[in-house]
Amino acid sequence: MALGERTFPPAAAQPGTLQRFWNSFSIIFNSKVGTLGLAMVLFWILIAFMSLFWVPYEPNANLFVQNLPPNAQNWLGTDHLGRDIASRLMTGTQVILLKTRLPGGNVSIPGGVALWGVFGSLAMGVLLGLNAGYRGGWADQIIMQVLDALIAFPQIVLYLVVIAALGQGDLVVILAIAITGAPGVARLARSLAMDIKTRDYIRAAETRGESVWFIMFREILPNARGPLLVDAMLRVGYAIFAIGTLGFLGLGLPPPDPDWGTMVNEARKNIFTNASAVIVPSVAIASLVIGLNLFADGLREELSRYQK
Amino acid sequence: MTDSSPCSNNSPPVLKIEELAVSYKVRGGEVDAVQNVTFEICRGETFGVVGESGCGKSTVAWSIVNFLGANGYVKHGSIKFQGQELVGKKGEELRRLRGDQIAMVYQDPMQALNPSMRLGEQMKEVLTVHRGLSEAEAEQHSIEMLGRVYMPDPADVMRRFPHQISGGQQQRVVIAMALLNNPALLIMDEPTTALDVTVEAAVLDLIAELRHDFDTAILYITHNLGVVARVCNRVGVMYAGEMVEKATVEEIYRQPQHPYTQGLMRCVPRLGSDKHESVLYPIRGRVPRPSNRPNGCIYHPRCDYTQDLCIQKRPQLRLLPNGSWVRCHFAEEIDFRNWQPAEEIHIPQSVQSPAADAEPILEVQNLQKYYPVKGNSLRDVIGMGEKLHVKAVEDVSLQVPRGKTLGVVGESGCGKSTLVKTIIGLEEPTSGKVIFQGFDISNELSERKLELVKELQMVFQNPDSTMNPSYTVGQQIGRPMEHFQTVPKKHIRVEVLKLLEAMRLGPGYYDRLPRQLSGGEKQRVGIARALASHPDLVLCDEPVSALDVSVQAAILNLLMEIQANFGTTLVFIAHDLSVVRFFSDYVAVMYLGQIMEYGPADAIYTPPYHPYTEALLSAVPIPDPSAAQKHIRLQGSVPSALKPPSGCRFHTRCHRRELLADGGKICAEQTPPWRKWEHGHQIFCHLPAEILESFDPVITTTSQSGV
Repeated sequence: MALGERTFPPAAAQPGTLQRFWNSFSIIFNSKVGTLGLAMVLFWILIAFMSLFWVPYEPNANLFVQNLPPNAQNWLGTDHLGRDIASRLMTGTQVILLKTRLPGGNVSIPGGVALWGVFGSLAMGVLLGLNAGYRGGWADQIIMQVLDALIAFPQIVLYLVVIAALGQGDLVVILAIAITGAPGVARLARSLAMDIKTRDYIRAAETRGESVWFIMFREILPNARGPLLVDAMLRVGYAIFAIGTLGFLGLGLPPPDPDWGTMVNEARKNIFTNASAVIVPSVAIASLVIGLNLFADGLREELSRYQK
Repeated sequence: MTDSSPCSNNSPPVLKIEELAVSYKVRGGEVDAVQNVTFEICRGETFGVVGESGCGKSTVAWSIVNFLGANGYVKHGSIKFQGQELVGKKGEELRRLRGDQIAMVYQDPMQALNPSMRLGEQMKEVLTVHRGLSEAEAEQHSIEMLGRVYMPDPADVMRRFPHQISGGQQQRVVIAMALLNNPALLIMDEPTTALDVTVEAAVLDLIAELRHDFDTAILYITHNLGVVARVCNRVGVMYAGEMVEKATVEEIYRQPQHPYTQGLMRCVPRLGSDKHESVLYPIRGRVPRPSNRPNGCIYHPRCDYTQDLCIQKRPQLRLLPNGSWVRCHFAEEIDFRNWQPAEEIHIPQSVQSPAADAEPILEVQNLQKYYPVKGNSLRDVIGMGEKLHVKAVEDVSLQVPRGKTLGVVGESGCGKSTLVKTIIGLEEPTSGKVIFQGFDISNELSERKLELVKELQMVFQNPDSTMNPSYTVGQQIGRPMEHFQTVPKKHIRVEVLKLLEAMRLGPGYYDRLPRQLSGGEKQRVGIARALASHPDLVLCDEPVSALDVSVQAAILNLLMEIQANFGTTLVFIAHDLSVVRFFSDYVAVMYLGQIMEYGPADAIYTPPYHPYTEALLSAVPIPDPSAAQKHIRLQGSVPSALKPPSGCRFHTRCHRRELLADGGKICAEQTPPWRKWEHGHQIFCHLPAEILESFDPVITTTSQSGV
């Protein structure tokens, strides 16, 4: 021990990555709202995995009488073609959260349309936002003007343009979500980069002669990930909403797999005879979106709170 | 604890705090910020509370006015204000009391003033709301009060907005506002910490004077021992949430009783001492966190006199024969004059005194750095307006000899930081040359060769932003080695550990994240990172000014040791003149982007002086009430760097101008010559050398204190 302030014993062995992740994640339980949101999201994730192995009936088969109200056999009733709504609802979670169907054939990749869409907007937005925020000047001007122009379009119109140009399909929906989400992410990333780039450790990297890309992605990005993740969580909610909207407009995820928005759209014609076929998928969309919102809110609140 | 009132004339104390304990509720429990604090303040008295950051000084002040926030509360104890119990009071009653009788002055005047209201409106509001005066009367009173705090042209100031006056003036307005209601108690929380020394000196004069005139009790919180010596009657020293010593100012400095107070005194460099003849002794260890304060005496892990009793039993605050109160079991037996540094405290061997004219490693020639400013008028928008520039650095030339330390001092905004940023290449010079080891490095950083970049590194001011929060200590120190390829990849870990050892940080720090480190430790890692590429020249931009004094001493010692071991040349920026004097071989004094005086450190601090250096020295608060200091206060504030004064840039504020013919007309018209003395000491002034030499020394120490 010598020369000031060294009475602190070296920290015990560092906890593993998993342990660290759990430690930082478990703060969500301090927030009631966040825990509730997490529960709602987990419920749907659970349903999604369950539907891979077991659903009450084949979701696309017309096995029953049309437009049945909820009963012992069909828990949530049947739709206008006599398909079991509960089974369709469960399967409908897959395209959002678990799989993306590639065009041509039956190949799917893991990760739902909503998740890939948000990932796409995150990737695009971060790339543009960090460049605008860190470089500043003309780069900032040009990037932000283009993105502002993009924001000025109504989102629905943008969706329609993308889908009209590229046709229907999971990848097209992902692209539509990514493009409409990117400006928002870029703005957030830009403001974070502008704040972080004033710190001394960025000066230190500059005096080391590090490249611009190193500074943006290795020095700035890791410190911006908290707010970006919370924002991404909210965006998954919006994406699910957007998929619902597209489905309702008849432009959503292509059949045969059921999709919540399309379910609402198809059932709407019979709304006066069979209200539950509209209400059930609507409630499903709402609960998943609300759950994600509450979870993100709780997370943000706990992350910004003073820690002992 | 009962005691006879220390107040003269037996009037009851204005504020009496007994056994105060304050806690904050945080996630996962409570933090006991303050415990067992007892003191009282009398009319017309200034009670100073000193201590390092995190010791609970501000919490004490906030608890008096119940500004503890949503999660803080007074756990037990009592706060009596003029006999009334304040603990438990809420709402309207407390609000009335705060406005009418208790006033507070904070550190940052810009945050205390409403930026969207005229100063006059803000001041009048105090009187119309609390005293029910009419607008006209309030106006009258406010103007009088502004005059009282020496605001030039008070009636005009009333019509201005806060951003239209300087920082020192803002703090005067805040003080005037606080005094409008003639409060019984004035709480000042580091009111001069954010100000420059020359401004600070004037504000401190004002506070000392107001105390006599208004008969107000003042609670003065600061971390600066020099400031305490200047304004306070009695002092309470706080450590880790407890008050460890309470005494009159004279006793505290003449005979500090508590080992912590003694330690604090030993780690502040005295103005005029240098590294060749004196040593700073840091206090080992660090202030414990509120959650793991030790049992027994709270200071025992860091104390040099610890005995078994200290570990077992917590001492009480008790009265000593000389009138001091101290929280120590063995205060009588400890004579701090016989103190020997503990063996494990590492004292660096100082480098040999400056050899005559070593070859310069860095040469700056007529360096200029202008920043363009955009105007607001239409002409400026379309590019027709006159081009304005902030002239941050103007015609600076200097040389740094190899293996030596150059200190750069000056007030904020004088261009110190711009100078080093331009040297290292973060800013491109407008004109002039920087020559480093014979290479011209006036170009941009990205155009320099990597071999050159690695020889020139920098240490930053703010410990909290000097490290990237996302990477471990090891990764951050290893990165320069990897980037400059000075060390093969597989040996990086070993090299980093070696470097950590040199910084006196153990191998356990390798995997720590910045948030697990204290401020001083972060600064050490910052230094290690700068040294990782074995640079020849390290630029230090105020590396210790954000640190507590005990940590500051350790960092200074560390830098000196590095210089001795590696032969590194240092450029050291600071605004604290005692630190620069202590640490540097050569000193450059800057004012408004120009160097006013340059020379060996000891020559700067003795006559001949540049008038600006003289004013700076006389403004430094000295932690010794017995030292006599010349009283020179500069007029006005630093002029704008957009339109610096003609001739000598200092002439608008110079107090020595009258010594020249025509009241110094020449100063406003012509650039001064360099007056030269031996050892490269030079002064940028019109005054002839004989007059400069005839100045008296600024500081005369009458008694040689034992530290």
